Amino acid sequence: MNLSPINICLLGVTGLVAAGFYGLLTTRNLIKVVIMLQILVKAAVLGLIAAGNASGQQYLTQSMAITVIVADTIVAVIGMAFAIQIRRQVGTLDTNELSSLRG
Amino acid sequence: MLEALVYGILVGAAIFSAIQSLRADSLLRSAIWLAGVSVLISIVIYLLGAHRVAVIELSVGAGLVTVLFVFAISVAGGEGIGERSLIPKPLAWGLIIFSGLLLIYFVLPIKASISTVSETSLATVFWQDRSLDLLVQVALIYSGALGLVGILAEAKAPLQQSMVDEFAAERELALHDMEILAGSEEDHPIEPQSKSS
Repeated sequence: MNLSPINICLLGVTGLVAAGFYGLLTTRNLIKVVIMLQILVKAAVLGLIAAGNASGQQYLTQSMAITVIVADTIVAVIGMAFAIQIRRQVGTLDTNELSSLRG
Repeated sequence: MLEALVYGILVGAAIFSAIQSLRADSLLRSAIWLAGVSVLISIVIYLLGAHRVAVIELSVGAGLVTVLFVFAISVAGGEGIGERSLIPKPLAWGLIIFSGLLLIYFVLPIKASISTVSETSLATVFWQDRSLDLLVQVALIYSGALGLVGILAEAKAPLQQSMVDEFAAERELALHDMEILAGSEEDHPIEPQSKSS
């Protein structure tokens, strides 16, 4: 099977999504959850650029990718600010202990 | 063939970095592996012809976000949390394999080579055709900045509460002094000055 660069990129997207999704499902550290979200978004950006090349609409997908990068950065900043505040107020970053606070 | 090999090495290294970021015990190492993923992805994006996006991804993803992660880890502490996962690991593996196979089923039939058909220019698409995206980006950045200020301002709440307590204690002390003063005046009333004098 002769894989083109686009196919290789899309396989890479699959691998990155799998790694990020697995980390999101298994990790309990709030900061690591944000890191796994970052991996998922990087996979999405790569997928957008590869899809734009495949369809011949590079500039449209590049514009979308820039929007995704901005949104992802804001999500990371807010997520880390939440993590810092939770650490200060509760004293832990463990999501299991946070969920047990609900009683 | 050589091109496919280069892409394969870069994408494989990115996946390896992502897995190392997942496996790292220290949060700092995890953040540095994530920066590696960002660098490799930006190289792939550059090779695909999206030069501006590659530069933005490199500067924001590998630069700004990594600095923010290091700051957050230094404030919140970088120790890892135990191995016990949120959901059973076999279930997680099942979900990953299922979603991966589904994704491969959809993406592998794409028979494409790098196309040269394009629109007018990135500037036209970005500033005119996708102007709503720009508004969304402005709103996101504004709300992100406001949210960050609001969230970090809450950290000062205990200090403000202590200042309120201190102010209340001072006021109570002043009232107590006034009561003592009033009591002493009742014991030894000040005689009004006589009109004759």
